[in-house]
Amino acid sequence: MPKRKDISKILVIGSGPIVIGQACEFDYSGAQACKVLKDDGYEVVLVNSNPATIMTDPGLAHRTYVEPVTPEFVEKVIAVERPDALLPTLGGQTGLNCAMALVDSGALEKWGAELIGAKAEAIRKGEDRKLFAEAMKRIGLEVPRSGYAYSTGDAEQLIGDLGYPVIVRPSFTLGGAGGGIAYNRGELVDTVSQGLALSPISEVLIEESVIGWKEFEMEVMRDSADNAVIVCSIENFDPMGVHTGDSITVAPAQTLTDREYQQMRDASIAILREVGVETGGSNVQFAIDPATGRMVVIEMNPRVSRSSALASKATGFPIAKIAAKLAVGYTLDEIENDITRETPACFEPSIDYTVVKVPRWTFEKFCGTDETLTTRMKSVGEVMAIGRTFEEALGKAMRSLENNRGGLGADGRDRFVEHKFDEHLAIPNEQRLFYLAEAFRRGRSIEELHAITHIDPWFLDRMRTTVGIEQQIKGRDLSRIDAEELRSAKRAGLSDVQIAWLTDSSEHAVRAARKSLGVLPTFKVVDTCAAEFTAITPYYYKTYEEEDEVVAATKPRVVILGAGPNRIGQGIEFDYCCVHAAYTLSEMGYETVMVNCNPETVSTDYDTSDRLYFEPLTLEDVLDIVDAEDPIGCVVTFGGQTPLKLAKALEAAGVPIMGTSPEAIDLAEDRRRFSAVLNELKITYPSAGTAESFDEALQVAERVGFPLLVRPSYVLGGRGMVIAYSESYLERYMAEAVAVSSEHPVLLDKFLEGAIEVDVDAVCDGESVYVGGVMEHIEEAGIHSGDSACCIPPYSLGSETVTQIRAHTKTLAMRLGVRGLMNVQFAIKDQGIYVLEVNPRASRTVPFVSKATGVPLAKVAARVMAGEKLADMGLPPDEREMVRFCVKEAVMPFGRFPGADSVLGPEMKSTGEVMGVADDFPAAYAKSQLAVDYSLPVSGTAFVSVSDRDKRQAVSVVKHLQLLGFSIMSTKGTARALRAAGIPVVEVRKKHEGRPNIVDEIANGNVQLVINTPFGQQTRSDGYHIRSAAVRHGIPNITTISAASAAVQGIEAVKEGRLEVCALQDFEQYR
Amino acid sequence: MTRSKALLALEDGTVFHGFSCGVAGEVDGEICFNTSMTGYQEIFSDPSYAGQIITMTSPHIGNYGVNAADMESRAVFARGFVVRALSRSPSSWRAEGSLRDFFVRHNVVAIEGVDTRRLVRHIRECGALKAVISTVDLDEESVVAKAKASPGLVGRDLVAEVAVSSAYRWGGLVPGGGVPADIGAVPIKPDYRVVALDSGIKYNIARQLSEVGCEVIVVPPTTPAETILEHKPDGIFVANGPGDPSAVDYLFETLRILLGKRPVFGICLGHQMLGLAVGASVFKLKYGHRGANQPVKNLRTGKVEITSQNHGFCLDFASVGRLDVAESGGLDMDTADLRAWVQAGVAPVVRSEGFGRVQLTHVNLNDMTCEGIRLLDVPAFSVQYHPEAAAGPHDSRSLFKEFVNLMKAGA
Repeated sequence: MPKRKDISKILVIGSGPIVIGQACEFDYSGAQACKVLKDDGYEVVLVNSNPATIMTDPGLAHRTYVEPVTPEFVEKVIAVERPDALLPTLGGQTGLNCAMALVDSGALEKWGAELIGAKAEAIRKGEDRKLFAEAMKRIGLEVPRSGYAYSTGDAEQLIGDLGYPVIVRPSFTLGGAGGGIAYNRGELVDTVSQGLALSPISEVLIEESVIGWKEFEMEVMRDSADNAVIVCSIENFDPMGVHTGDSITVAPAQTLTDREYQQMRDASIAILREVGVETGGSNVQFAIDPATGRMVVIEMNPRVSRSSALASKATGFPIAKIAAKLAVGYTLDEIENDITRETPACFEPSIDYTVVKVPRWTFEKFCGTDETLTTRMKSVGEVMAIGRTFEEALGKAMRSLENNRGGLGADGRDRFVEHKFDEHLAIPNEQRLFYLAEAFRRGRSIEELHAITHIDPWFLDRMRTTVGIEQQIKGRDLSRIDAEELRSAKRAGLSDVQIAWLTDSSEHAVRAARKSLGVLPTFKVVDTCAAEFTAITPYYYKTYEEEDEVVAATKPRVVILGAGPNRIGQGIEFDYCCVHAAYTLSEMGYETVMVNCNPETVSTDYDTSDRLYFEPLTLEDVLDIVDAEDPIGCVVTFGGQTPLKLAKALEAAGVPIMGTSPEAIDLAEDRRRFSAVLNELKITYPSAGTAESFDEALQVAERVGFPLLVRPSYVLGGRGMVIAYSESYLERYMAEAVAVSSEHPVLLDKFLEGAIEVDVDAVCDGESVYVGGVMEHIEEAGIHSGDSACCIPPYSLGSETVTQIRAHTKTLAMRLGVRGLMNVQFAIKDQGIYVLEVNPRASRTVPFVSKATGVPLAKVAARVMAGEKLADMGLPPDEREMVRFCVKEAVMPFGRFPGADSVLGPEMKSTGEVMGVADDFPAAYAKSQLAVDYSLPVSGTAFVSVSDRDKRQAVSVVKHLQLLGFSIMSTKGTARALRAAGIPVVEVRKKHEGRPNIVDEIANGNVQLVINTPFGQQTRSDGYHIRSAAVRHGIPNITTISAASAAVQGIEAVKEGRLEVCALQDFEQYR
Repeated sequence: MTRSKALLALEDGTVFHGFSCGVAGEVDGEICFNTSMTGYQEIFSDPSYAGQIITMTSPHIGNYGVNAADMESRAVFARGFVVRALSRSPSSWRAEGSLRDFFVRHNVVAIEGVDTRRLVRHIRECGALKAVISTVDLDEESVVAKAKASPGLVGRDLVAEVAVSSAYRWGGLVPGGGVPADIGAVPIKPDYRVVALDSGIKYNIARQLSEVGCEVIVVPPTTPAETILEHKPDGIFVANGPGDPSAVDYLFETLRILLGKRPVFGICLGHQMLGLAVGASVFKLKYGHRGANQPVKNLRTGKVEITSQNHGFCLDFASVGRLDVAESGGLDMDTADLRAWVQAGVAPVVRSEGFGRVQLTHVNLNDMTCEGIRLLDVPAFSVQYHPEAAAGPHDSRSLFKEFVNLMKAGA
C-alpha cells in the first residue's frame, strides 16, 4: 500500500528530558521519524521539552513546540495545530503514556486526531501486564506465573503460590522504576510499598522468579499487510534478574539452535499479531530455562525502544525510520534498504560480526545507594562495540566506557576486594566482568563460574580464551612477541594499552611494534546482509582481518570525535554539537568522518555523517581511523571531555587539530597558566591555590579563607568537587576523596557564597567574538552549572553587568586564542564580576542557547573552525533584545537511587534538561518545572525548612506562597522566623525529635511542596531524611531559596493560567 | 593449543590461510556462502550441498554444539567448510557433542580463522568458483592448480551421490542411515500417501508432510513413473537436491509422465524439475541464494514471506512460453522483467507446450528472480525456496497444507 493521502499533518511526541531508562535513543528515533515524514510530504508538528535534542532543531519539523510532554500541553498544541494524526510510538514510554492519556481523556477524539503507529487497544494490551498475560494465553504462549497486588498484604498472599524469590514489577513505570527482587518478607514489603507508590495506578505484579534463566530480545517489525520481520535478536550476557538496560547484551543471539530461535521468532510475530501492533516496531523479551529450554514471554513494548536503537545500530536497519513509514501506510516491501539500495527493507538482516553493548553506570555520584544490579535500571548510558568475534567486541566495549580502563582488565588498574571476591561474582554489579576475567586468571573453571553467575558457559569460554591469550603475552618482552601472536592478541580484542601493560612497555611502543610487524587493522562495513550485496553506506568497524573496505575519498576529510557513552556530566548536548558539526562541514564540502561508540545517539546514525566509524574513542582507535582516512583536520572540541583529553596526544602524533589549538586549550584548563592570563587582563577571579597535600591545602585555606570550593584538576561534571567549610572537612576530603598527586593536584578556590552565577557561550574566529547567549543561573553559586536552572535573557541582572560580562568574554576569547566555541562561567557578588572558569570547547548549554536564540552556535563554530569569518555569516547582532524568556532546568535521577542525598552541590548529578518558554520569567520557569515533574502543586501544604542564612529571604517567598493559598508547615527554627514575620505556621518535628515527624507527614501525603535548604555541612544530615522522603514520594523538592522564589512565581503563573504554547518557528528572536 | 594450518585456494588464484578445524585432508568443491545466523548443523547435513564447500558468514559457528535431532539427512554431503571462529565448547541443553567432534565423526575437512567476509565479497564479485581446502598441502600454487583442475558442479549429476538406493517409509529405517532421531509426528492413520522422489530430501520435508497427515514413501530418484504409481500415491513430491538440474534429466522426464496423473509438489531442485518438465530452461545464478532471510513475494496474495533458501540455479520463467495477457491482469509486459510484475502486483500466466497455463507465483525481492510456479491446468506447483526451513523461518509452512488441499481436490 502506498502512503496515506487522507492525512497531511502529523503530530510527533518526543520523550522529554533524558532520564535513566529513557535517553537520547528517542532523539535518534524521533529525529529519524520527523525527517522521513517531512521528506514524504507531511506537515510535521513536534512536541518535546528537551532542547538538547536534534529533533527540536527548528528545521526538522515544520512546527516545533519545546513544551512539556504532558497531556495538558500536548492538547494545547493539538488545539492550535489541529493535526490529522498523532504518532506516539517514537517518544519512549513518556510519549506513549502521554498519548494514552489523550485517548482516555477524549482529547484526541475531540480534536479529530487519529493515533497512528499503534492503536490504543494494542498499546493497552502490550503495556498492561494483565491484558498481556491473557493475550499470551490465547495464543498458547507461557508467561511466568504471577499475580497482582494492590497492598503488601496481597503480595504476601501471593508468595504462598510462588515462593521466594519473586520479581516485583510496578505497573506503568519507566525502566523498571520501583521494581526489584524480593528474597524475603522484609524486602517484599519494602519493594511492594515503593512500587505501589510509584505506579500511577498503584498496582504491582508479583512474578515467579526466572532469575538465572537465559534472556533474549527480539526486535520485530510488522506492516499493515501483515508482513513481519525480525530485525535483530539480542542475547543477554547477564541472565535474568538484571534489567536489560543494565545488562551486557550481545547481538545476534549466540546460543540458540535454529529450532529454538525459530520458536522465538514465531512467538514474537504471533505476539505482535495478537496484541494488534499493525504497523511499526516492537520488542519482545523472552526467558529460557537453560536446563530444559522452557521458554516464557517476559514482556513486549509496542513501540520503538532502547533496544531498537541498539538493534538499528547493530544491524544498519533503521527501525524508527521504517516504523514512521509504516505508520503512514507503506508496507515493508515498498521501502528500500538504505544500505544496499537494491534490496527491499522487507527482509531480516544477517550480520557477519558480533555486537556487544555494555552499560555505563555512575554510582560514584550517588554515595549511599545500593550498587547491586537488579530489575530496576540504574545505568545512565551505554556503549556498543562491533568486532568480528564476541571477545573482540567485548574488549572494544570495555575500553569505550570512558572509565580509564584499557579493556577487560590487564591494564594495571585492576583492584579487587579479596574478601568479597566471590560476592562480586555472584551478585550482579558494575565490576563483575573484571572479577570474572580475574577469576579465569586465577585458574577457576567455567563450570564453577557458571554455577556462581549463571552466565552462559559459551560467553565464559570466550572470556577464558581471551584471558589465556593475554596471559601468554604477560611478562614477556615486547620485542620477543612475533607477528602471529600479536595478531592473535589484537583479534582477541586486547588494546595496545593492555599489551603495553602486559609487556611492561608503552602504548606508543606497542603501536610501533605492531606497525613494524605488519599487524594492522582493517575496517569492515556494517551492511545488513553479511556482504551478500554491495553496500552503499560507509558505516565501518575495525577488526583484524585481511581485507580492508574503506573506500577512497573524493573530498578532503574531517574527523569529528564524538562524546562516547552518556554519563552524568556528559550527555546528549555534546552529541548535538557533533551532529551539527557533521551537517555543517558536509555542507561546506568536506567529507565528514564521525567516530563514536554510543548507540543511542544521532551522531551514530549512518545518515548523519558521510562516513561513520563505530569505534571506541581511545588514542589507539582514533589513530587507526586517522591512518585509514588521512584527514585534513580533526574536531576535538565538540564532544566534551572525551575527545578533548586526546587533543595533546593526537597533535603529538601529527594529527591536525581543527579550531582551538591544544596549546590554547591547555592555557585555559591549566589553573596556574589561566590565573596568569586573568591577572594580565585585569579580570577578577576568586582567590585560589593548588595543593598536592593537606598541608599545602591548609596554607591555601589560610590565605583565601573558608569556605573553599575544592576539586581535582581536569574534571568534567564536577566529579569529586565539594565545598569545604572547615579544616576538618578539608582534611577528610584530602585523605579520602581524591587520589592527589603532583600530576593531578587539587584546586582550591574561594567559594563565593550567595553569588549569582552566569554562563556564557561564545564563538571566536580570531578577529571577532560572537556572544551566543548570557544565561543567568537561578540557583546561587555552589550548585554545579549543569544542575542549576538558568534563564536567557538574564532576568535579574542589570544591563551594565551584562555588558561587562560580554566584554570579559570577548577579551578572554581573543587572548586565549579560541577558534570556535568557548564557555565562560562568571559569579556576580557585591557588584563584583568574577571569572570562575573558561572551557574552550562546546559546552553543555550550546543546544539550549541555540534553541533559545535561534542562532545555531555549533554550526557557527564549525564554520569558524573551517576558516570562515563570523563577519561573513550574516548573524543577527548578538546584543539584540530577547523577547521570550527561555528557562533551562536540570532533571535529577534521585528517584532511581534511594539512599543517595538529593541535595544539589558542586558535583553534577543531573541526567538531562528541559526548556520552558514564555513571555515572562515566572511562566517560563513554571513550564520548565512542569516539564520535569509533570506537576507543580497549586494548593495544599508547603513544608519549609531553611538554613539560618536563608531565613530572611525565605520570609518573602513564604508570604507569596501563603497569598497563593498554601498552608505552611515548618520545623522549629524556621517556624519561629516565619511567625515573627506574621505568617501562620504549623510546626512539625524533625526526624530526630520523635514522631510523628515531617517524614511521616510526607509519607502520609500531607505535604505537596518541600523547600529545604541546607547550609554548610552541618544541616545536611537533618535535611537528608526530608529530601529522601520527598524523592521517594515524588513531591517537588527545592533545595535553594532562589529556586524556591522562582518556583513560587511559577506557581502563580500556573494559577493564573498564563501558560500558552508557542512554536519555535514563531519566536521573535528567530527572525 | 597448537593448531595445524590449512589453506583454502580458489581457481582464480585467490588464497586464504587458516587453521584446520576438521579432519586432516584435502577436498575440492564449488565455493558458496550461507548467511543464516542459526542452524549450521541443518545446513551441514543438507544433501543439496553435495559437491560444495560452504562458507558460513556468521563468525561464531558451533556455539550450541550438535544433536541427533537436528540432522537433516543421514550424513554430511558437503565437501568442506569454511568458518571464522569454531566454538570448541558448546553450550546448549540440546547439545550432544561439539561441532568439531561432528566433523571428525563425519570425516569432514574444515578450515577456520579465515577472513570469511573477504571470501564472501570475492564470491559475490567473481561468482561461484571451484575451490580446494587442504590441510596437507600448504603450497599456494599447488593448491590453486588443484582447484583449477577440480571438476566443479556444472553438468554434474550429484543427485545420484546423495539419493537413497531403495525405497523406505518415513518413520522407519533409512537405507544406509538408521532411523532418524527425530521423525516428528508420523500419523497413525494417514489421510494421504505421498511418494517423495529423493533427489536429496531433507528430513524436515518428510516431517512436515507427516505433520499435515501424509504417509511418506521415499523412493530413489531413478524410480520409473509406473513403479511410483504402483505405490498408489495421492500425490508426488519432488525433493531438493544438489548439482546442476540439467544433468538430472531422468527425473524431469519421469515427472513429465506423472504430471496430470497425480498432484505434484516440488521444492528447490524439485521446482526446477517441474520447470524443466513443462519446457522451461534453468540458468546458473552468479553466486546463488543461501540463507534464512530471503524475502519472497507471493504474487497471488501480495504477502511477503521470509524464506530459507539454498540454490545456485534458477528457473527462467520467461522461457516457459508466451504470455497470456488476458490471464495476466490484461498487462502486456515482458515476462522476463519480474520486477514489473511485482510492482503491478499481478501473477503473470504463460502458455506452456503440453501442460497448459503456468503461473508465476513467487518472486525473490532481492534480485527479482523466479521463486515459485503453479500449473493452472494440471495440479502441480513448486517453490524454489524451502518452506520446510530447517534452518530458517516458518513463514511458508502453509505450502504443505496447500499440497494436501491439492490432493483433496484430486481425490
